[in-house]
Amino acid sequence: MTISNLKQSRPDSAKPKIDWAKVEEADNFAKTVKLFRQGRYDADSFRRFRLQHGAYGTRMTGDYAMVRVKIPAGEIYPHQLEKISQLSEQFSIGSAHFSTRENIQLHWVVLEDVSEIFRGLTEVGLTSREACGNTVRNVMCSPLSGVCSDEEFDSTPYALATARFFLRNPMAQNLPRKFKFNFTCCEKHGMVRMVDVGLIPQIREIDGTSQRGFKIFLGGGLGNKSFVGHQLEEFTPEEDLVYTSMAVLRIFDRLGDRKNMARNRMRYLVNDMGWEKFQNLVLKERAIVRATQSVITQLEVDHTPNEIKRPIRISDESGEAAPEGYARWLKTNTVKQKQSGYSSIFITLEAGDITASQLDALADLIRDFSSEGKARFGFVQNVALRYVHEDDLPRLYSKLLEVGLAKSGALTMTAPIGCSGTTSCNLALTNSHRLAKEIQRKLLELKFDEDDDLSDSSIKISGCPNSCGQHGIATIGFFGGGGRVGKDMYANYQMSLGGRSDGDTMLGQTCLRVPAKRVIPVILKIIELFKQNKKSDDNLQSWIHRVVNNNEDSEIKSINDIKKVLEPLVVPPTKEEDPDFYLDYGDDTSYHTKTGKGECAA
Amino acid sequence: MCCLTDSGKITTDVDSLRSEIRDKSIRVIDVRREDDYKQDHIPTAVNLPLANLLSDDSPERILKLINAMGIDNETPVVVYDDTFGALASRVAWTLEYIGHSDVTLLETTYGHWKSLGLESDSNIPEIQSKEHSMNLQPNILATSDYLESAKDRDDVILIDNRERLNYLEQHIPGAISLPYRTLASNNKILRPKEDMKRLLENRGVTGNSEIITYCGSVGTLSGLAYYALKSVDLPNTKLYVRSFKEWKNLQKPTAKQEDASYWDLSAE
Repeated sequence: MTISNLKQSRPDSAKPKIDWAKVEEADNFAKTVKLFRQGRYDADSFRRFRLQHGAYGTRMTGDYAMVRVKIPAGEIYPHQLEKISQLSEQFSIGSAHFSTRENIQLHWVVLEDVSEIFRGLTEVGLTSREACGNTVRNVMCSPLSGVCSDEEFDSTPYALATARFFLRNPMAQNLPRKFKFNFTCCEKHGMVRMVDVGLIPQIREIDGTSQRGFKIFLGGGLGNKSFVGHQLEEFTPEEDLVYTSMAVLRIFDRLGDRKNMARNRMRYLVNDMGWEKFQNLVLKERAIVRATQSVITQLEVDHTPNEIKRPIRISDESGEAAPEGYARWLKTNTVKQKQSGYSSIFITLEAGDITASQLDALADLIRDFSSEGKARFGFVQNVALRYVHEDDLPRLYSKLLEVGLAKSGALTMTAPIGCSGTTSCNLALTNSHRLAKEIQRKLLELKFDEDDDLSDSSIKISGCPNSCGQHGIATIGFFGGGGRVGKDMYANYQMSLGGRSDGDTMLGQTCLRVPAKRVIPVILKIIELFKQNKKSDDNLQSWIHRVVNNNEDSEIKSINDIKKVLEPLVVPPTKEEDPDFYLDYGDDTSYHTKTGKGECAA
Repeated sequence: MCCLTDSGKITTDVDSLRSEIRDKSIRVIDVRREDDYKQDHIPTAVNLPLANLLSDDSPERILKLINAMGIDNETPVVVYDDTFGALASRVAWTLEYIGHSDVTLLETTYGHWKSLGLESDSNIPEIQSKEHSMNLQPNILATSDYLESAKDRDDVILIDNRERLNYLEQHIPGAISLPYRTLASNNKILRPKEDMKRLLENRGVTGNSEIITYCGSVGTLSGLAYYALKSVDLPNTKLYVRSFKEWKNLQKPTAKQEDASYWDLSAE
């Protein structure tokens, strides 16, 4: 074994443009933890303080925290991955977890060690500040921004500038609730209608000159109750981006519900008030914001182009044939970029988990294969290496195989999302995390990643009715709860069908409850039904879309018809017949629901 | 309280070791496996593989080994390994236990020594046997019986140096978790003193408490922690050298983190 940070970075590594860290926050956090432990800081104030700094509570204990490191716009550099690797071995469980919002989470951290993690993050310019709590959370950007062939321009610099503008900004320190921005490249790759503020880059021609701007969607979001966002106006010019963002935040700050934690996200405000009224308020507020800035306020958008430099090969090409599985991986894990000769490759991780040594390996692979010298986090607990030269793909694949990061199906239905569930979350009712891993293993074993009919579909799992696993926008979505036969309980999931987050965004429709140990057979049965009834140009997503909208004319005409077929599969056996049914995945004791207090709302 | 060396030094830096080797004033012990040692090692080093020491670590046999390595009561000893200092620590602690006061750890690993391009050779030195006295230091050893009675005392801090998941799953009741990885920094087997101090103070490991360290089975990871504690002037430290393996075999009580499937969060 070697100590993980022995490796020296190559001198020509790309360096981040923005330093997000502040070392004073580490000292301050350590001091505050001491005061709290001495009883000189009340529990509620401490909780708010802790969340503001990005440290979340942990299942059934006050002694551990989860540190959520923000990766603004999802851009991460090799030395930052190496630092996360080291911190995971020192203070966490030797693994890190990639979230659905471009954060990296370190779980089971001793509360008194959190400040040491902050200190380590400072060394590489990262922060967890405002990763939790009633703040502007990590600003996301599509992993394909800058390389997507359907985008009008690269929104990454705007996402970074927005993150910089709101981080530690006094106006975003005490919102009624958390607040999320998503930037995307195009309609297909983003999630702009399922977030407080979603932005798609647009170019408008005026009098022969082209002007940059955005399509902005407001008031969407997933949760116990989910809503689809509304488009603010036809076109928002780039110079209005900051005023629009400020206006929306100010209205939310002023009018958002500060009492009822269960419905105080902005989407409820929009829904209660009605879209037109809200829209008018935003437009008026924007005029006020624009007119009343005492100094000219603009985003600092850094337009310096990224250097694209193909890493120098240390050894010559060996000329060996690509290893087995290469074609499958190429098909299901890579996307051709608009820059000719380059591809973006996606790495799928089981439910977002990655070991310390894989993080180190990933850092090396970025240096050796990405011509932009950095990586991008995706929306599905995954990570992309971009600007990989097409000639280098077979070699990259064999390197990925060596370190266990070559799992195929990254861009298909076989890469499900699972939130952390009962592995660490206070609210979880089921082990959604492990279930996602089990499903991925099964579907890959059946080679479903190679089936074009399934590639546009998705499976997403949350361990409770809150939507960290984003089940509402999945083709097949699940959220966890408890079922009961007499006095015996079992892990049980509510299944919804037909959710999607693209231009035709809609929420999944409730189908039926499926016990944890029947989820895999039920998924397989749905696929079988689809295969029996599909039309020649159908895929699973389009077929389910027709079924849930009652537009299907085969024997399966409605979600109710699917339910009828599945019902026999979900009948609970007795404990004597099948004791395993009463154990959740990853647990060898009888299932019972147990939760602590949630902290999504500070 | 016994101090590691008269000067209170815990580690020997690379430059000092090189000049001490040139002065022939020191005995260097390489605790790696015999095959690795034979291939190359720091010049003048003798080989004492940890497995050899552990095969019978009765004081009488240890004393024989010490004598055979040409170490008397006055010989300064430096120990190194290629396992982040944990194996070297276990050997150094054993020498200390027998009563040898002048033993330190090389500040880095052999791997790093080599990567710096420093000298190594495959010569096996001829050693003239010496006579070391037996002066056992029971105050640095914790036995299971001792630990069982001590662990509930307010002035005793028990530290588990295994990885976090192992700790969550099962540990000695009352222990705090300080994984061995936490102790190192960059190329050094131990963090700089100020760094280590801050880390331990945050965890409440301070002052005049008696501190007992343990790990999985033979006291290597916790041996490193023993020296980490000494490096920040916490001298009242004991090593539970038989560690959790013995504790479990004796069927003594254990504690665990309940109601969470933390193993499923691990990517391995």
